[in-house]
Amino acid sequence: MGLDKSKTYHLMEVCGTHTMAIARSGIKNLLPSYIRLISGPGCPVCVTPPEVIDAALELTEKPGMILATYGDMIRVPGSVKGDNLAKRSAMGADVRIVYSAMDAVEIAKQHPDREVVFLGVGFETSAPGTATSIEAAMEQNITNYSVFSMLKMLEPSIRALAADPDFNVQGFICPGHVAVILGEEGLRFFSEDLHIPAVIAGFDTDDIVNAVRMLMLQIAKGEARLENEYADVVRPEGNPMARQIMDRYLEPRKDIWRGLGSIDLSGYGIRPEYAAFDAEKKFGITFREPTVRSGCRCGDVVKGKLDPVECPLFGTVCLPEDPEGPCMVSAEGACAAAYKYRSF
Amino acid sequence: MCLAVPLRIKSLNGTDAIVERDGVSRSVKVNFIRDPRVGDYVMVHAGFAIEKMKPEQAEEDLEAFRELEEVLKTI
Repeated sequence: MGLDKSKTYHLMEVCGTHTMAIARSGIKNLLPSYIRLISGPGCPVCVTPPEVIDAALELTEKPGMILATYGDMIRVPGSVKGDNLAKRSAMGADVRIVYSAMDAVEIAKQHPDREVVFLGVGFETSAPGTATSIEAAMEQNITNYSVFSMLKMLEPSIRALAADPDFNVQGFICPGHVAVILGEEGLRFFSEDLHIPAVIAGFDTDDIVNAVRMLMLQIAKGEARLENEYADVVRPEGNPMARQIMDRYLEPRKDIWRGLGSIDLSGYGIRPEYAAFDAEKKFGITFREPTVRSGCRCGDVVKGKLDPVECPLFGTVCLPEDPEGPCMVSAEGACAAAYKYRSF
Repeated sequence: MCLAVPLRIKSLNGTDAIVERDGVSRSVKVNFIRDPRVGDYVMVHAGFAIEKMKPEQAEEDLEAFRELEEVLKTI
């Protein structure tokens, strides 16, 4: 087989932490021109659609509401540019940045007369912790705590990408910490169903360079296997205890992704038995498709179709301090990474 | 977002642990970790230990240092 070096081989990572590690290390510039590293839908903040952000912003208007969130979400605009949780906070809304879902439960405990909603954003890495927070609230009889689940699943998004007629990816650098939870077993679909070379990788420069080497070797040999470069941390079976608690409180449901649209069974909702802890049910949250459309092309960026620097808004009207879309807001967004580590 | 850092368990109280690295410590949950022990290294994401680090990793690092020493002796 061998490589055809007149072609371009696209290797996609699907983890915001990989996006940042690659940008920071400058690996892209050191690789030969026929290997291109691209970012996929791996930044959970970036794949959250504007209507969901709008709903979170609206929640802050409820009297007595405390909105608890990871810092990543604080500057993400909804459908209106400049409207974000930071601005709502400046205007008097009670928005608290937490490091862990457990911190949000603690806030609820301290303010029994207020409602606390935790914005549960993230992939499978974050889902078990979010589920644990529901369990902790239930066990301590904390009734003023609920979760607005924006949790997403890796596999359905990759399948949706691969089903796109323009799909042009020859290898995947798989997210190491999602794999900690799902195990090698949970990522076999890359090789077995999609027949694409895949390597579970850690987050140091050498991990990523190793993953690129392993992928290129597979491509050259015409193979499509799942390899584990991060075996010091990722077990073949993953973490069954984490999956167990996730399954107890959460269930797959249809979800909307920025760029990918609505995908069946692609996000985690809270099981109906625990509706008391489901902010969507508790506060009757509904989603309205935004009427105003900006020229933001985050949707194409998260699919790996558009390089951030190719976006007409990049670095002109869309800047980290005044972002149009989430890929420029999130520290792990492909646009923010491209902007921060751009070459002059 | 899916960032995780290796931290060492300093003390344990049920499923709560104090973890530390370079003198910085914080409380995390270890409810996904089978048989957590004081001294274990765990990967921590958003306040939860998600996996135990294999002790071999530390040994590999030490082995690398031993190799370095060997080489330094010969050059």
